[in-house]
Amino acid sequence: MTSSYRAVTLPIKLTVNGKEYQSSVEVRKTLADFLRDELGLTGTHLGCEHGVCGACTILFNGDAVRSCLMLAVQADGANLTTVEGLAQEEELHPLQQAFQENHALQCGFCTPGMLMTAYAFLQDTPSPTEEQVKEGISGNICRCTGYAPIIQAILQTSKEPPVRKAGE
Amino acid sequence: MAQTYIGAPIRREEDRRFLTGQGQFVDDVKLPNMLHAAILRSPHPHARILSIDATAALEMDGVAGVITFQDIKDTVVPRPIPIRMRTYVGIERFLQYPLAEDKVRYVGEPVALVVAETRYLAEDALDGVEVSYDPLPPVVNVWQSMQEDSLLFEEHGTNLAYEFASSIGDVDQAFREADYTHKEEFRCHRHTANPLETRGLVASYASGRQELTVWGETKVPHFNRGVLASLLQMPEHRIHFIEPDVGGGFGVRGEFYPENFLVPFAAIKLGRPVKWIEDRLEHLISANHSREHVCELEVAAKKDGTILGMRTKIYGALGGYVRTHGASVPVSTAAMLTGPYLIPNYEWDVKCLLTNKVGMGTFSAPGRYESCFFRERMLDMMAEDLKIDPTQLRLKNLIPPTAMPYELGRTRPEDYSLTYDSGDYPAVLKKALEVIDYENLKLTGGQYKDGRFHGVGVASFVKSTGTGTPYEGARVVVTGPDQVAVYLGISTLGQGHETVMAQICADGLGVPMEYVAVYHGDTDLMPFGGGTFASRGTTLAGNAVYGAAQRLREKILRISAGYLDVDPNDVEFAQGHVYRKTPSSGEPELDLNQVLELAGPASKYNQGEMGLESTHYFHSSQECYPCGAHAVHLAVDPETGQIEILKYAIAEDVGHVINPLLLTGQVVGAAAQGVGATILEELVYDDEGQPLAGSFMDYLLPTSLDIPAFDVAILDLAPSPINPLGVKGAGEIGIVATGAALSNAVSNALGVQVTELPLSPNKIKELLGRKTQA
Repeated sequence: MTSSYRAVTLPIKLTVNGKEYQSSVEVRKTLADFLRDELGLTGTHLGCEHGVCGACTILFNGDAVRSCLMLAVQADGANLTTVEGLAQEEELHPLQQAFQENHALQCGFCTPGMLMTAYAFLQDTPSPTEEQVKEGISGNICRCTGYAPIIQAILQTSKEPPVRKAGE
Repeated sequence: MAQTYIGAPIRREEDRRFLTGQGQFVDDVKLPNMLHAAILRSPHPHARILSIDATAALEMDGVAGVITFQDIKDTVVPRPIPIRMRTYVGIERFLQYPLAEDKVRYVGEPVALVVAETRYLAEDALDGVEVSYDPLPPVVNVWQSMQEDSLLFEEHGTNLAYEFASSIGDVDQAFREADYTHKEEFRCHRHTANPLETRGLVASYASGRQELTVWGETKVPHFNRGVLASLLQMPEHRIHFIEPDVGGGFGVRGEFYPENFLVPFAAIKLGRPVKWIEDRLEHLISANHSREHVCELEVAAKKDGTILGMRTKIYGALGGYVRTHGASVPVSTAAMLTGPYLIPNYEWDVKCLLTNKVGMGTFSAPGRYESCFFRERMLDMMAEDLKIDPTQLRLKNLIPPTAMPYELGRTRPEDYSLTYDSGDYPAVLKKALEVIDYENLKLTGGQYKDGRFHGVGVASFVKSTGTGTPYEGARVVVTGPDQVAVYLGISTLGQGHETVMAQICADGLGVPMEYVAVYHGDTDLMPFGGGTFASRGTTLAGNAVYGAAQRLREKILRISAGYLDVDPNDVEFAQGHVYRKTPSSGEPELDLNQVLELAGPASKYNQGEMGLESTHYFHSSQECYPCGAHAVHLAVDPETGQIEILKYAIAEDVGHVINPLLLTGQVVGAAAQGVGATILEELVYDDEGQPLAGSFMDYLLPTSLDIPAFDVAILDLAPSPINPLGVKGAGEIGIVATGAALSNAVSNALGVQVTELPLSPNKIKELLGRKTQA
């Protein structure tokens, strides 16, 4: 016989795209659902909800993580950046610019996760080879582009002046 | 002052919102007081339902309702989900109701809908719905289906949903005259498109006004609105479908599925908005599957390689129900099996068979990917037997450009003849061979180098595009001095219509492209719309936009000439301004705002037509046929069974090109899907009918490490003569020859004939075993 679920919540405090949030969150809620449903940051997408497709990738204290595989309560005290934090008002981040110039997106659903993965990758590997870029984004699935334009966009960004940090 | 947006590699208008996280996909739609649905699905491939008890679920926290067949019965019976296109007599006996009644026929079939305050609570409550089943013997392949020991629909006494057998020419004569015949059995594997965004719907019912709004309908919203209106017994004009941004379609998304009824029904019944977002497991066991066919193929030829005729038996695995595509995928497999070759004698028998698996629908180039694999494999086998270079064999048999337009004949059940509109098939194949440097490369075929077997494979294809529904409409409206709105009847699933249609409108009308905004995805914008499938967006809607824009331009010239008191032939409209031709001062006489005022209801110059707008429907009941050739060089690692693609050349001719940047993107994207589908993907079921691929860890989609760099040559040798823009459909063509070219290359590498897909590492190991035995 099934018994009803008893919701348990915990308070969390975190910074997302430079803005501080405090919330009381159900302990079983994923970080992705928290960002999307409670903070309204719907740029973070869910393609598989089991950590394979990479569409939900965000920066967690600077590292690329899958927000569908984390609970919101695990983000207590963390500093997060989502795709909404990449552009500075009207000015696109060079990575975003390069994605547009290279036609590196079609339906746009994988794009936020791809951008965040690429951003973290370029922080770690500022002057990558093509093979390194392929390896770097191999955990993100795109069904539209065949990846070549995405790889080109990332390589192009790496050859430009130092990449501005998101939120700076 | 000619404008040249058409043909230019213009970057996309729509990118910015996707890059900044401001796209609005269906799961981003959030309404006040909204409930969330989860679906209880059958765990059995074939079973009788003995009882359903939702008492426990209804007592659980936050549960607003549970819907089973008994709740929908009075509304839907006797109207199951209908076939969308190509309805053939007899096949309608096997349609699906939105919920299972007394029997389930595939793992994943919806049995109950649970609605609760959150998605988490709705999923919890699925455990509170108790269903008692009596399992029946499952039918898991076409051979079992034909044995009919177990029937999916006992009342109809057969598992054969539909059969189409016919011929063109005199096949018996061809086989009698042949020096050479060869018979082979091929199998194409079950797989599906897997757009990255899963399906989803939000429905809201305003009971006072009796208006239903549904977000998330896409691909064929007008057709689906008609179906929903019929099932709910509601007038169509009270139903509004809104298409948000869409995370890919590729055939699978947007058909009328059980959920497309259940979610709106729940919203009406419960009096609150309801959202349902499919998870990936659900997608893999409930959204349409495609491609599973067995093909017996026999060829007759002269010893010089001239093909005289072909015979085929196609067995399509339709799944547990006939879905909205009916028999169209198996029928299409046979209809174009002879491809771009001159094969005047052809006989086919297509059997569409029920199996206890998910229903069959389309994935890009439905039936064409399969038939290209069957045919092109057969050609390579023939070439080997007859000791002819496989490319020479193709060049000998390709339909020459002098034979265009080429009437293939009536290869579909419908009473019309397929006619290839234009194309230089030999030139396109030669181009692919040149790009990959075939003459030098062919020597590496079959060689063992650096611990790997190298293979070279080639395949040619032609594909029908641009039909399904024989029209598409568009409305172009001038709304301000620098504002033009284009309203489309078709939807978009990520292709870039907002850019391409703006290019076409700008050139057709004579305004800067920045003036133009494109609107789509709302059934209230246009009364009719065929939908976005069959690579028909640019061919039909593009020509509709062009026609509407040109008619509006003529209206602008008429009104301006009336005001300027000159002959309409003495004025021209370009870059948003009216100029006098003779004498030309180079200065505009009128701007668009002035013309708009002249066309206003209060103006005496409006010539009886208020405002500046034009609606045009472009009609075409004829298909247009792009063509192409793929050539690939790959290496097979005998240790791991893995394939590395070293070079992949694509030559394709789609007639005139609207935007080469977007076209190349679509060709490469489709080819990448085909590579993944061929070397990685399969919807594996066990012998008991249980699906084994329920996540992206079991169903492998290609990543950046699997996809090669494609060398793409886009040719414009043969514009379509049957539409004003001279375009042909382009969205799906990149995928057609992937299975064929890759399997030819693997066969060449290993010296073993591939007859089954996929070419996954385990299958490659089996082939290597056959090689060792040989």
